[in-house]
Amino acid sequence: MRLIVPLQSVVQGRGGLIFGSLIPCALFYFLQLYLKRHRSPKPQSNPPSPTTSSPKLAEMTRTSSRSNLFSRSIEQVRISSRAISIAKPNESPYYIGLDKASEDPYDRLSNPDGVIQLGLSENRLCFDLIEKWMSENLGHSITGRDNGELNINGIATYQPFDGTMELKLAMAGFMSHIMGGAVTFEPSQMVLTAGATPAIETLCFCLADQGNAFLVPTPYYPGFDRDVKFRTGVELIPVHCRSTDNFALSITALDQAFNQTRKHGTKIRGILLSNPANPVGNLLSREMLYAILDFAREKNIHVISDEIFAGSMYGNEEFVSMAEVLDSEDFDKNRVHIVYGLSKDLSLPGFRVGVIYSFNENVLAAARKLTRFSSVSAPTQRLLVSMLSDARFIEEYIKTNKRRLQNMHALFVAGLKGLNIRCADSSAGLYCWADMSKLISSYSEKGELELWDKLLNVGKINVTPGSACHCIEPGWFRCCFTTLAEEDIPVVLERIRKAVENTTDLLNSS
Amino acid sequence: MAIEIEKPSSVRLSKVAISKTHGEDSPYFAGWKAYDENPYDEIHNQSGVIQMGLAENQVSFDLLEKYLEEHHEVSSWGKGAPGFRENALFQDYHGLKSFRQAMANFMEQIRGGKAKFDPDRIVLTAGATAANELLTFILADPGDALLVPTPYYPGFDRDLRWRTGVKIVPIHCNSSNNFQITPEALEAAYQSAESMDLKVRGILITNPSNPLGSTIQSSVLNDILDFAAHKNIHLVSDEIYSGSTFSPSEFVSIAEILRNRNYKDAERVHIVYSLSKDLGLPGFRVGTIYSYNDDVVTTARRMSSFTLISSQTQHLLACMLSNHEFTQNYIKTNRERLNKRYDMIIQGLKKAGIECLKGNAGLFCWMNLSPLLNEPTRQGELELWNIILNQVKLNISPGSSCHCSEPGWFRVCFANMSEQTLRVALQRIHKFMEQRKVCSVNQ
Repeated sequence: MRLIVPLQSVVQGRGGLIFGSLIPCALFYFLQLYLKRHRSPKPQSNPPSPTTSSPKLAEMTRTSSRSNLFSRSIEQVRISSRAISIAKPNESPYYIGLDKASEDPYDRLSNPDGVIQLGLSENRLCFDLIEKWMSENLGHSITGRDNGELNINGIATYQPFDGTMELKLAMAGFMSHIMGGAVTFEPSQMVLTAGATPAIETLCFCLADQGNAFLVPTPYYPGFDRDVKFRTGVELIPVHCRSTDNFALSITALDQAFNQTRKHGTKIRGILLSNPANPVGNLLSREMLYAILDFAREKNIHVISDEIFAGSMYGNEEFVSMAEVLDSEDFDKNRVHIVYGLSKDLSLPGFRVGVIYSFNENVLAAARKLTRFSSVSAPTQRLLVSMLSDARFIEEYIKTNKRRLQNMHALFVAGLKGLNIRCADSSAGLYCWADMSKLISSYSEKGELELWDKLLNVGKINVTPGSACHCIEPGWFRCCFTTLAEEDIPVVLERIRKAVENTTDLLNSS
Repeated sequence: MAIEIEKPSSVRLSKVAISKTHGEDSPYFAGWKAYDENPYDEIHNQSGVIQMGLAENQVSFDLLEKYLEEHHEVSSWGKGAPGFRENALFQDYHGLKSFRQAMANFMEQIRGGKAKFDPDRIVLTAGATAANELLTFILADPGDALLVPTPYYPGFDRDLRWRTGVKIVPIHCNSSNNFQITPEALEAAYQSAESMDLKVRGILITNPSNPLGSTIQSSVLNDILDFAAHKNIHLVSDEIYSGSTFSPSEFVSIAEILRNRNYKDAERVHIVYSLSKDLGLPGFRVGTIYSYNDDVVTTARRMSSFTLISSQTQHLLACMLSNHEFTQNYIKTNRERLNKRYDMIIQGLKKAGIECLKGNAGLFCWMNLSPLLNEPTRQGELELWNIILNQVKLNISPGSSCHCSEPGWFRVCFANMSEQTLRVALQRIHKFMEQRKVCSVNQ
């Protein structure tokens, strides 16, 4: 419509203003109509971004856009709209940092100048225990022995897609143990998936339609943006939490977000919680769990409680599972679904073992059918049945893991304190939530990302900036400390110090 | 005025959750239920239902077992478990390089070296089911359509449509030319989609075909690829049975076709493969997408986060499939045994007076029972199917669940049982056919 304004002044005479705008509008309208009619019928895929395309791809797109209006010349074969957005290079610092760290990984001996990975919540503290168990027990535990005969039949053939009953039993026992024995899990209410990632996605497919939304407290795990939104078309609505109350969730904030979203015509189908929280590491109290359940009942929505860090406690607070609360009170259980996995508590992310635990028969029925797209591999199921059933090993593992987590957490947080960087109060997780707001040049996302970049490229440490976690306050960073050995901590601290050398606050540790 | 007390509404589920698109109410799955309730056992339940509806390969387990017995280290990371740590932590969606390399080699071996595969174009998924769904998510938007030749694997209705919202438009094939895909049928399907206002985004073929048990000819593959190029759509070739051809020379992969035409039109071609059929390891959940399109490879890789293969399994299989002596011997022996089974069932059926489509691959044969139908309709076919399931106690798959346009065809699996069980099944069929002859004579 930019043509309209100059033309207006050209047309003079009776009703000039009206004609001056009417005629150019009409001309413009007819031009659009002509262009639309003569556009080639197949839509073009978006021009590929420079970093991903092969030269051939870019060339073909340029050719076709030029001849767009006039002929159906060589056209680029199209991929779906979903795929187009996924194919774009990932701009999130969360992923960029992970890539950089994996390209040039720190090693105390062989690559002391490499990037130290503090952006991946992986627990490396207890591998020695697992390795020992493997050497002592593995032998034939993969192929199994059936009456003395080697038998691959048990694991080669089609298994129930939602996991074998043996593994469900073993998982139920493990989950109960992890959570201090305060709750019993029913194997028949379990659906096993290839990791917690598909567990979350599967639940979203079951609980919400395209265009619906879930409320999620911030800051949250960056992966939720992918797990919830990628293929389901479901939206995430942030419910902001603040440092003034240690990022605790408030029902008022939930309510506000719910009403706000509803006003815009989007239907909220549930709340997605992480408990213990990622990236903050705090817990939801029993009272808060009650309040959330009341809220969910009032609004008639679901609650997904991702409890994947339940076994990674280092604080003195007691972890209370959503399942425990449901057991004790008369809540409508049909709206509650718990997600769990072995990637954090048992350090086996590569094995792809996740759990959907639900009280809703219809959800279980649908989820069971959907696990055909993401089942746990049979040899892994067999291995884990063996490991999880070894009560003595599990007991020792849980105890040792907690002790080592406590130790690393204490050392790391104290170290940061020495740099005048304080962390949020936390009781669980493989990370701490550090306040570096005093070290950023401007109190904004831009300032935060500048610091992140400095830490990554100058300090050579990868940490996750709060903005990647949708934190509303700039300057917070998630630092995972379980990929480190004790000797690495002073190295990390020194690198942080060096990277922010010119910032006055750091040197004035009071 | 009476106060109405509102009943608390029960919490809502999604459309996907309540939809019937999972298809598990069809006869294909109903037969399985009958089997589950009364499964045949050679010793304990000789009058049970024999499962002939499951395309599983159990004829070569001994070869796998022998390998694992002789190579403990692949399933245990060796003494002291070196390498275990990295393996347990490895959740990179690129997949283990060694495993991708081994898969590429294995796929090349199956094709007699007539095609080359680049390990960096391999995307790993937890099974071919996930691979097909993933590709559909990438190639088509909700409401779009894929063209699939009939008869096709009943699972496609679920795998391609359920969560993706994509539709299947059938390419009708019939017995007049052994159910081969013709250019006319392709065009007719495309027009049919257009008339329903559906945008066609691709063609999905299974080669060797399930349920036909036969390979697609070179000339037909060329026709299909030309058609896809002309319409500017994708071509997905599900080659999950490529290692289950009875003779190595008869299978032509779309990869060979591309090689022969210098990779022209390659960016629209994607191959799906898996170890569930050829290697008899469906429990391991190992599938792959091989794409000649960079964007599809990148996107598929990212999306595979929802369906990664256990790193333990990748490690085990990388070792196994890198052992050329093992793979060479396995491929050859497996083919021979499948061939033998196929001959056995075909002879047995022939003796009973039943004809099958000439097959050369797969774990099943495509049996023609149309002469036995009361009426040449779907209803007639289901009636016959019911009799075979409940009286003859054989679970076979009716052609209608495979969307076959001609009633009376059935898919019969022969590799998921022992030879003895197969003999029992053939005896039952023989008896059944004899009884019918007697009945029709008395009428």
